[in-house]
Amino acid sequence: MTKRTVEELKEFATDLRKKVVTMLYEAGSGHPGGSLSAADYVTACYFSEINVDPKNPKWEDRDRFVLSKGHSCPVLYAALATRGFFDEEILHTLRKEGSILQGHPNMECPGIDIPTGSLGQGLACAVGMAIGLKYDKKSSRVFAVLGDGECQEGEIWEAAATANKYKLDNLIIFVDNNNLQIDGTIDEIMPLGNLVAKFEAFGFQTYEIDGNDMEQILLTFDNIRKTAKNGKPKCIIGHTIKGKGVSFMENVCDWHGVAPKKEQWEQALKDLGEGI
Amino acid sequence: MEKKATRIGFSEELAILGAENEKIFVIDADLGKSCKSDKFGATYPEREINVGIAEQNAAGVAAGLATCGKIPFVVTYAIFAALRMGEMVRQEIAYPRLNVKIIGSHGGMSPARDGASHQAVEDMGVMRTIPNMTVIMPADYWSARKLTRAITEFDGPVFIRFTRDSIPIIYDDSVEFEIGKAHIAREGEDVAIIANGDTVHIALEAADKLATEGISAKVLDMHTIKPLDVEAVQDCIENIGKIITVEDHNIINGLGSAVCEVVAEMGKGKVKRFGIQDRFGESASYERLIEKNGITVGAIVQAAKQMIATDLVEVI
Repeated sequence: MTKRTVEELKEFATDLRKKVVTMLYEAGSGHPGGSLSAADYVTACYFSEINVDPKNPKWEDRDRFVLSKGHSCPVLYAALATRGFFDEEILHTLRKEGSILQGHPNMECPGIDIPTGSLGQGLACAVGMAIGLKYDKKSSRVFAVLGDGECQEGEIWEAAATANKYKLDNLIIFVDNNNLQIDGTIDEIMPLGNLVAKFEAFGFQTYEIDGNDMEQILLTFDNIRKTAKNGKPKCIIGHTIKGKGVSFMENVCDWHGVAPKKEQWEQALKDLGEGI
Repeated sequence: MEKKATRIGFSEELAILGAENEKIFVIDADLGKSCKSDKFGATYPEREINVGIAEQNAAGVAAGLATCGKIPFVVTYAIFAALRMGEMVRQEIAYPRLNVKIIGSHGGMSPARDGASHQAVEDMGVMRTIPNMTVIMPADYWSARKLTRAITEFDGPVFIRFTRDSIPIIYDDSVEFEIGKAHIAREGEDVAIIANGDTVHIALEAADKLATEGISAKVLDMHTIKPLDVEAVQDCIENIGKIITVEDHNIINGLGSAVCEVVAEMGKGKVKRFGIQDRFGESASYERLIEKNGITVGAIVQAAKQMIATDLVEVI
């Protein structure tokens, strides 16, 4: 992939955020908060780190991407369209009848490797992919993006244990740690304790970063590549801000699953800096 | 009559298939010894993934492997396959129509002494309700072997159910089965008995008994309850009109229900269902549990005679 500067990647992230708020405004429903918090990491993946071929989405040697927090699919759809997996015009069909862009992603959409939406299930699928790729002696990696809230699901920890047992050093988890879930903050609803320590205890090589800081994300990817074959699955705990980039959505729980109205959409675009 | 558990047939055929097809993987959830997938695991350890006591994860791992072109067999007890990992099967396997085989051993009352926690009375009904799912129960050791091979050759999600306890062997190596096509185990004209799994031999014994009384009973082994062989059921309705269903499953939403759906939409024909009477099992002998739910040769014979008698009265 073309080597891009941090500044270029930040512009891509802003572009994806603008696409997200526009898609949600047009759809009249969807999930802005978690899409915006994950935008920087998704950008770093699709415009710098992962090896995919938009013209051949099922290419066997591709890296896999599993958005376990499936409700954040608008940002993934925006990334896939921008990379050329499908026409950008299709972004206007999000959540509409007959669209490949379902409210939660399925495999009808080019570039989606597994359907998600019911929380807690994506990591197990990513583990299965990582086992399959290792068995076939492929150097492909599996990138799984988890929400912090969904780490309340037991299946996440079943899958984490499996990743450790099978020494899946080709698996990279990113926990979009925005500290909010539908009913309130993580700490109010069901505290997760120290996620870094938890994943370490499960045998992961862990990294704790600002998940909205492009430089830190890229540096982490560099570090992960240095220890690629150490037999340990990798986990990045990325502290993020839910609704990042849109002033009135940032850290506001109620923007989990509500689309902006016209004035809010205009304000959101303003916040993101019109022009690109 | 020689007896064998159908899980043994599955185990033996899977080990043979493992040599033929390198795409086959087994996902065990600490029941490999019990469900007999350990035979495959011992021969192909690099293709046996044991995730421990974590069925939900097992389903997801299988889905991920299937996206890499593998043919994963997730192996556990029928009740855990259908309910503990039910939503994962729906979301990650059935919805994307991935090529995963879900093996439900210990079906029906067959884990008899284990009691209600391990006996599966709802599993086939749950699986039948999930779109894209194919649902099968073989009737003996040989059909278990043949159908294990058939589901491997079939591209798509399948739930197949085996027995823990031994059941009579009714077929031999020459028998052939096609997924979604009823197997005619006995031709007959007066009444049709449609059964599956461990109750097919009971249906055959009932047909033998009826024959001694001059009544000719057709016996269909409806190994696949979804997709149901609708044509075979319609044929029974058109040409016989009287159907008895027999299954080691709740009378709600299993084979009997599936047959009744066809009968109701045709607007003719009569059905009497035999099955688990919408109640949980208990620890007892397998034979006793089946009998306690009214699934006996005597009861089926009596029902057949009654249906024929009623029919005659109506004609007069």
